[in-house]
Amino acid sequence: MSETHDIVVVGGGNAGLCAAITAAETGARVLLLEGAPKPYRGGNSRHTRNFRCMHEGPLSVLEDSYGEDEYFNDLLKVTAGKTDENLARLVIRSSQECLRWMERQGVHFQPSLSGTLSLGRTNAFFLGGGKALVNAYYRTAQRLGVEVKYDAHVKHLALDGDQVSKLEYISGSERRQISPKAIIVAAGGFQSNFDWLVRAWGPAAENFLIRGTPYNTGVVLKDLLDQGAVPVGDPTQCHAVAIDGRAPKFDGGIVTRLDCVIYSVVVNKHAKRFYDEGEDVWPKRYAIWGRLVAAQPDQVAYSIIDARSLDLFMPSVFPPIKADTIEELAGKLNLPEQELRATIDAFNASCGSVEKFHPTELDGLTTSGLTPAKTNWARPIVTPPFYGYSLRPGVTFTYLGLKVDENAQTTTQAGLIKNLWAAGETMAGSILGQGYLAGFGMTIGTVFGRIAGREAAAYVN
Amino acid sequence: MSTDAVKEARRQVEVCNACRYCEGYCSVFPAISRQRSFSDGDVVQLANLCHNCRGCYYACQYTEPHEFAINVPKVLAEVQQASWQEHAVPQRFAGAFHRSGVAIAFAVVIGFALIFWALKALGENAGGEGFYALLSHTAMVAIFAPAFLLPLLSIGLSLRTYWRKVGGGRIQISDITAAVGSAARMKNLSGGHEEGCNFEDEDRFSNARRWRHQAVMYGFLLCFASTCSATVLHFVFHMPAPYGPLSLPKILGVPGGILLSIGTLAMAELKLRADRTLSDNRVWGGEMGFIVLLFFVSTSGLVLYLFADAGVLDVLLATHLGAVLALFLLMPYTKMAHGFYRLTALVKDAHDQRS
Ligand SMILES: Cc1cc2nc3c(=O)[nH]c(=O)nc-3n(C[C@H](O)[C@H](O)[C@H](O)COP(=O)(O)OP(=O)(O)OC[C@H]3O[C@@H](n4cnc5c(N)ncnc54)[C@H](O)[C@@H]3O)c2cc1C
Ligand code: SF4
Ligand code: SF4
Repeated sequence: MSETHDIVVVGGGNAGLCAAITAAETGARVLLLEGAPKPYRGGNSRHTRNFRCMHEGPLSVLEDSYGEDEYFNDLLKVTAGKTDENLARLVIRSSQECLRWMERQGVHFQPSLSGTLSLGRTNAFFLGGGKALVNAYYRTAQRLGVEVKYDAHVKHLALDGDQVSKLEYISGSERRQISPKAIIVAAGGFQSNFDWLVRAWGPAAENFLIRGTPYNTGVVLKDLLDQGAVPVGDPTQCHAVAIDGRAPKFDGGIVTRLDCVIYSVVVNKHAKRFYDEGEDVWPKRYAIWGRLVAAQPDQVAYSIIDARSLDLFMPSVFPPIKADTIEELAGKLNLPEQELRATIDAFNASCGSVEKFHPTELDGLTTSGLTPAKTNWARPIVTPPFYGYSLRPGVTFTYLGLKVDENAQTTTQAGLIKNLWAAGETMAGSILGQGYLAGFGMTIGTVFGRIAGREAAAYVN
Repeated sequence: MSTDAVKEARRQVEVCNACRYCEGYCSVFPAISRQRSFSDGDVVQLANLCHNCRGCYYACQYTEPHEFAINVPKVLAEVQQASWQEHAVPQRFAGAFHRSGVAIAFAVVIGFALIFWALKALGENAGGEGFYALLSHTAMVAIFAPAFLLPLLSIGLSLRTYWRKVGGGRIQISDITAAVGSAARMKNLSGGHEEGCNFEDEDRFSNARRWRHQAVMYGFLLCFASTCSATVLHFVFHMPAPYGPLSLPKILGVPGGILLSIGTLAMAELKLRADRTLSDNRVWGGEMGFIVLLFFVSTSGLVLYLFADAGVLDVLLATHLGAVLALFLLMPYTKMAHGFYRLTALVKDAHDQRS
């Protein structure tokens, strides 16, 4: 077995697949080890919908232009400067040629989905979503001769000085050891490893939900960091958004998001408000709400709207809890009745005229004399039926990863590791030190996946 | 109507409406996005828009073993089937032929027997040329005009209740041209990217089903046009059959028959390869029986054309006409109905897009 493959790719999500395809195109013999069984292949990439793409003029489904500097500035805003400019610009510049490359591998694009118009210029949407993209890549990889193993859990890469000498994985009940010439790690972050999350974040993390795959447990990441690979990214941080509290523990994906917060009053389990729900438009605020809810008792909150607001936001997967009175709603949500009544009454009393209410713009409708204030869309909750959603933090990804250079090559304090490359979420902390820019995860994975594939192939050929 | 299927479809459609990733594949998802809640009629309309191309199944991150258990092609096929049975007139025949290929075969045998009996009983002094020497034109019209028009009437009544159920309003000519245009190109089997659907080989896109379906549809329409042209020649121009090889009925009918035979064979082959768990498996036999019936009609017609001079003409003619009789009479109760419902659903969709 060790003699038949030049390159082993660990992880079959977007980054791993781009690496495997690029390497196989050069004639290298590639083995892809994917931890998930076939129906769940593709990691978090199967949940995605678009990638952010620079373009100097109209390109495929993208209109107008989105230049390097504008793109980089958008990144600076969300990361508050925590980015490696060199690598970031490399990703941004390369994204342009990625689009056509992706099309050649069988990925189809479509104009932005309904309800996401704000991303129409900057993000190219995958027709059918991330799973369709992943399917196309698996087909292409297999056509190019990449051998794919599902249910193959990589446990250990033996780092011997400046190179990896052995790779151990479990396939079914069998433990196997191989020594490929080169290895590409594209196994995502560690967000599905609750022990690790609890260590990094504290006991509150037990109550987090994981938006994506349960297979990204960080086994390979930890194994390499323990052996001296240089880390990057804040080990205590994760990207978390507020999602429907009834979502499954893992893999709830896009449909569990809730866009109602800005039109609502959000209370914790004691029926007390804790933050300005109307601070900004939702796409700019959904990420901070993950943290806000994580800081509340039991890591839960409740978003309450009245009948007038129900149709103002995208529907989500579960219907809201419905009641004719605030008291009844409190009962159904397990909230203290009188406190909820008091909170809603206080909020309603602090609202002014609602004439200028405007659901899609910062309308300046603010409460007066209320702490915390609600500074936009402050409209009394008075029209029955009333609706409530529970909110919990949903983790998208973790920031800690392997440090890489512009060739996607990993490193120890002593210098580059000769035959080990990393791509995707596993190294994204190099570029995204904080925050998140919609569609940037797939861009990093595609660009660095291709670089890793190219470099590993050059090394073995 | 099987309300369980409608309920389950509604649950799944609501998940799709929160996701929308499949918006580019077909008309179903844009129709979903236009609404927030779904009445029974809405669900039935969505089901009749679905062409069972399966693109959305393979693209879905929520298929089993995921707890959301999304399988849109299957659940919509079940609702679609239930809606045809619910709206069938008369109700007595609603289910049997949809479900059972054997029932269809049985109908063909009865058709054969009836025609054969007619040949024997009425054929003595038919007096015409060619086939009409065996069965007079008047006798044929007496049998086939009602056998064609009554089922059409039945379908018309069904479509009327369908239209009410799905809340159809006033339509414009443009709605009809849009629907016919979509069906003519089988736009909904294009996958939105012209590479086709995922019918026969998991997530591989292919236009096989699209082209094969087109062969069947256009083959059938050519045969139908051939029959119509013959009727016009007979009644308007007083030119009775038999027609020469360069006559309109033959120019339309022979290629039509060949296309229909090849198309149905190819469709049957594709259906054998397709994953049955992504459709309404309860009616697999009836659907297959219907394809075979179409094949039988066109092939027996071609054989009749080629061997018109052979000694067994009466048996050949009875076989062909018996099958045609069964096809016509079963129109409202077999997969044949899908064409009418689909076109109606496309008209409704064009109407909804406009308003
Ligand atoms: C709900 C959701 C929606 C998102 N939407 C978008 C979007 O629209 N656009 C965007 O750009 N980003 C989006 N993201 C972020 C995006 O998913 C990631 O940035 C991207 O998928 C990372 O790709 P990857 O290949 O690095 O990791 P993944 O796709 O997660 O792949 C990692 C793979 O490694 C495998 N693996 C893990 N450990 C092992 C092991 N020990 N042995 C073998 N295999 C292993 C896993 O099974 C998995 O298949 C979204 C994330 C979520 C959760
Ligand atoms: S079928 Fe699945 S991927 Fe497609 S819209 Fe529905 S939920 Fe989303
Ligand atoms: S099976 Fe095809 S036609 Fe039916 S809903 Fe899915 S994508 Fe649309």
